[in-house]
Amino acid sequence: MTRDEVLHAVPGLPAERLDLWVARAWVRPDEGPIFADIDVARVRLLVVLQDDMEIEPTSVPVVLSLLDQLYDARRQMRLFREALETVATADQRAAMAELLRRLSR
Amino acid sequence: MDLYETLGVSRDADADAIKRAYRKLAKTSHPDLNPGNKVAEERFKTISQAYELLSDPAKRTRYDAGEIDDSGAERAPPPRYSSQAEAAGGRRYQASGADGGDFSDIFEAYFRHAGADGFEGMQRSSRGQDRSYSLDVDFLDAVCGATRRLALPDGKGIDVKIPAGIDDGQILRLKGQGSPGRNGADAGDALIEVHIRPHPVFRREADNLLMELPVTLSEAVLGSKVDVPTPTGTVAMTIPGGSDTGTKLRLRGRGIPARGTRLAGDLYVTLRVVLNPDDTTLAGFLRTREPDGFDPRVKLREQV
Repeated sequence: MTRDEVLHAVPGLPAERLDLWVARAWVRPDEGPIFADIDVARVRLLVVLQDDMEIEPTSVPVVLSLLDQLYDARRQMRLFREALETVATADQRAAMAELLRRLSR
Repeated sequence: MDLYETLGVSRDADADAIKRAYRKLAKTSHPDLNPGNKVAEERFKTISQAYELLSDPAKRTRYDAGEIDDSGAERAPPPRYSSQAEAAGGRRYQASGADGGDFSDIFEAYFRHAGADGFEGMQRSSRGQDRSYSLDVDFLDAVCGATRRLALPDGKGIDVKIPAGIDDGQILRLKGQGSPGRNGADAGDALIEVHIRPHPVFRREADNLLMELPVTLSEAVLGSKVDVPTPTGTVAMTIPGGSDTGTKLRLRGRGIPARGTRLAGDLYVTLRVVLNPDDTTLAGFLRTREPDGFDPRVKLREQV
């Protein structure tokens, strides 16, 4: 998506705000700029954070950093699960599930 | 459910109050801030629908009049950030500090143990694994020190310097002689467990050596000077007169050699009187001798 297409897809978003977010690297489109699906989703998230949740602009980097770490961790867990499903037998996966259940109690 | 109840506001709440109530609820249940939490997702959906309808004055009027129900108009929502961020493309927004590898420190130890072979795709550099070997060493080499060649499974060999006084079961670490590292990292170490072969003459106790020395009856009874073979060469030892089988003599400094701050150990020599089986004169002498009444078994009888 181009810059104009993003502005059209997210109604009510002022262009200078989008430019500011890109300048601050809160949103990181490819050269062009071309916005990928994840960039547009992130723009929408920033609208929610700043408008709906009234998070101060100075606090946004903290929130983004924590969110990025949260999604790093979830992505890793997902990869880990996929790797486990590739190498572990059904019995081993069942044993693992049981162990995790007990450990998290 | 009643939309006013959903947002926790009264029916005559103004637009600002409705907005405040929505924001307050959204903070704790927004799906992008609570990924994977189905309860929060459902709650957020309900809250959003209620807010969307009540924040639009025209729709709110119609809802209050009972013209439309609480579901309002259904519209396909845009894709959530959470679904994007969790996919592989989410790496674009990897938290700063993550150094290109996709796995955090939590899994690092796991990969060290899992063995590198199954994960060829991983570009992370890692130190090579340590390799364990076992080396049999002659007793005297362990006492005095030596250099021995260890044959590796791949046909190569490494020279292992055995320090004087090494203990049985001790592990020598040869830096960089283990498996090669990945992507430019250091090689692992070779860990060599030393096993010391027993010796027919010498035994070891801490830093001291023990041996048994056969002597003749006259060497023991009359005293003498005899040559004793030690790990570091032959030593002349004085046997005092009146010695017996079991008499223990000490050769100072003839045990494990001094090393670092540790002093050299001693060699303890235990005498054993050995009779000459071909000697006939001793029997003749003893027959002519008056019995002296000595009974070496007094103590033995008391103990039994």
